Amino acid sequence: MALIEAKNIKMYFPVQRGFIDSLFKGETTFVRAIDDVSLQIEKGETLGLAGESGSGKTTMGRLCVRLLKPTEGQIIYDGEDIGKIKGKELRLLRRRLQFTFQDPTSSLNPRLSVGNAIADALKFQRLGTPAERKEKAEEVLEKVGLSPASSFYDRLPHQLSGGQKQRVVFGRAIIMEPEFVVTDEPVAMVDVSIKAQLLELMLDLKKDLDLTYLFISHDLATARHVCDRIAIMYLGRVIELGDRNQVYENPLHPYTVGLIGAIPVPDPKARRSEAIPPGEIPSPINPPSGCRFHPRCPKCMEKCKTEDPEFREVDTGHSVACHLF
Amino acid sequence: MTNALRIQDLTVEYKTRRGVARAVDRVQLSLEENRTLGLAGESGCGKSTLGRAIMRLVPHPGQVAGGNIYINIDDDIPCKKGDIPKGEVDITGLNEEQMRVLRGKEIAYIFQDPMTSLNPMLTIGNHFIQMIQAHNPEIEKEEALDRGKEVLEGLGILPERVTDYPHQFSGGMRQRVMIGLGMVLRPRLLISDEPTTSLDVIVEAQILEQMAELKKTFNLTMILITHNLGVLAQTADDIAIMYCGRIVELASTENLFEAPQHPYAQALLLSVPDVTKPNKKLVWIPGAPPDLVDPIPGCMFNPRCPMAMDICKTQVPPLIESETGGLVACHLYGGK
Repeated sequence: MALIEAKNIKMYFPVQRGFIDSLFKGETTFVRAIDDVSLQIEKGETLGLAGESGSGKTTMGRLCVRLLKPTEGQIIYDGEDIGKIKGKELRLLRRRLQFTFQDPTSSLNPRLSVGNAIADALKFQRLGTPAERKEKAEEVLEKVGLSPASSFYDRLPHQLSGGQKQRVVFGRAIIMEPEFVVTDEPVAMVDVSIKAQLLELMLDLKKDLDLTYLFISHDLATARHVCDRIAIMYLGRVIELGDRNQVYENPLHPYTVGLIGAIPVPDPKARRSEAIPPGEIPSPINPPSGCRFHPRCPKCMEKCKTEDPEFREVDTGHSVACHLF
Repeated sequence: MTNALRIQDLTVEYKTRRGVARAVDRVQLSLEENRTLGLAGESGCGKSTLGRAIMRLVPHPGQVAGGNIYINIDDDIPCKKGDIPKGEVDITGLNEEQMRVLRGKEIAYIFQDPMTSLNPMLTIGNHFIQMIQAHNPEIEKEEALDRGKEVLEGLGILPERVTDYPHQFSGGMRQRVMIGLGMVLRPRLLISDEPTTSLDVIVEAQILEQMAELKKTFNLTMILITHNLGVLAQTADDIAIMYCGRIVELASTENLFEAPQHPYAQALLLSVPDVTKPNKKLVWIPGAPPDLVDPIPGCMFNPRCPMAMDICKTQVPPLIESETGGLVACHLYGGK
């Protein structure tokens, strides 16, 4: 059974308008950040969520841990719709669902020692005495590779390197021993020479704590190394989903083909075989009719301009939303 | 082949409160015309500082502490404060006015961040007019605008958009405008600093393709500063790998990827994820670069190097010719 199931999720954000505009112009317009997405995340897997900026991947991640409430649809976790949970129950839910934010520098308080930043997670959950919390935080520091913990506990974020800060962010997420962690671009800000080290740490933590990850990344090369399955998003929709080998070796959707073809390969002999899709991702306020990719699609047919393709399984575990299949 | 650029013993230092940090340390480099040199390395290795030093635009509190930068000039260039003779010119000896004349016309620089490098109060067309008239005041506005439109078209921007302001463009489009401004005066040498780093892969691929196209039309010599080795594999002719302000290896792109010589270059290449090789075991380099204010003796890479020997801890390895025809600074190859 799926650990987390998203059912027909929609997330619309109202477009901010000035006071005068809101008086005289009729209806509010919406940014359709997520427009009808259904996803299942299995226990113990790492599901990758990839796509260009503006495709809605971060919003999807936030919805999965109830940092946002969907406009429509349900997120089912442990048999319950987490959109309906409130108050104390919600606080208890937060122990099991965690999120690491994109930029480790701006997600740590510059005036708070990193040990306290980790221990505070327990405080907000009203767990343990101060001494117990400190002991637990030191244990976590060791676990994320900041050892010896005593020498790191009192340091401030600016005294750490980018990679170390990212470790603190992981530590803060795992101190509650969650079941599910959403990591938003965890290695986008670090140098390539230590990227692999952080990815390995993530996988070690996963094994130790029996975690399930939703790995959000625009970097498909990195995603290929860590994810079991991968979902490709475009303009608020999941347009392709499959086992990582299926998606990378046999991409079906023309957008996925273009996206994978555009990744710079660190090999001067490799030459691009696929043409790069022209143009840029359109505005999610007024997405194109029919298939949202049709204005940029090299294989666009008449049907694509009017009919929205259904997201369906074309091979075991490999689904795509495209009229070609 | 003539050299478009020749750098000798260039040292750039930042005077900080904690002491002097040597961001570029006795760099030797020469670049033939019409080639693209990739300058790669981790953050803080001095690649941007080196690029800016070539423009003589090292930000305060940095300054060129020694060395020479020679560029080649085809014709005598008139200047109010002393004409610049043709041939090889050492730009470290020029005055500010002479540099102003050279910047944009002979050497152009595309800055990292297109959001903050364009003037929000000026239309894109005005950016081009200002750029062109600053160097050629005799050119009329209309003609300047036409030249701008021509370059923008090559970069995939509709000519009628010159009347738009920067905020009306997407990030990728703004970056294209920056590239267009860098190229419109047809400089001999174009330095671009992480031109596609903040962009999505599809837009990145589009821009790199257009840049390569324009480089051919305009006969440019290019320096591409980036930490993304995948991008360099696809665009550069030669690659220089920097570590702690020094060039540790310089080789043709093929040779560097085929047979990297320096242990740092080897490790760096093994750490790059490759989408075509899912089973590649990614490695990392243990430790972190040393503090530049308090540098270590010998080879700067020795504490992280798996092959470190005793000599590495005391002596700086010179940049010598490598077996693959490039240059390498490592004691492993000093025996010849």
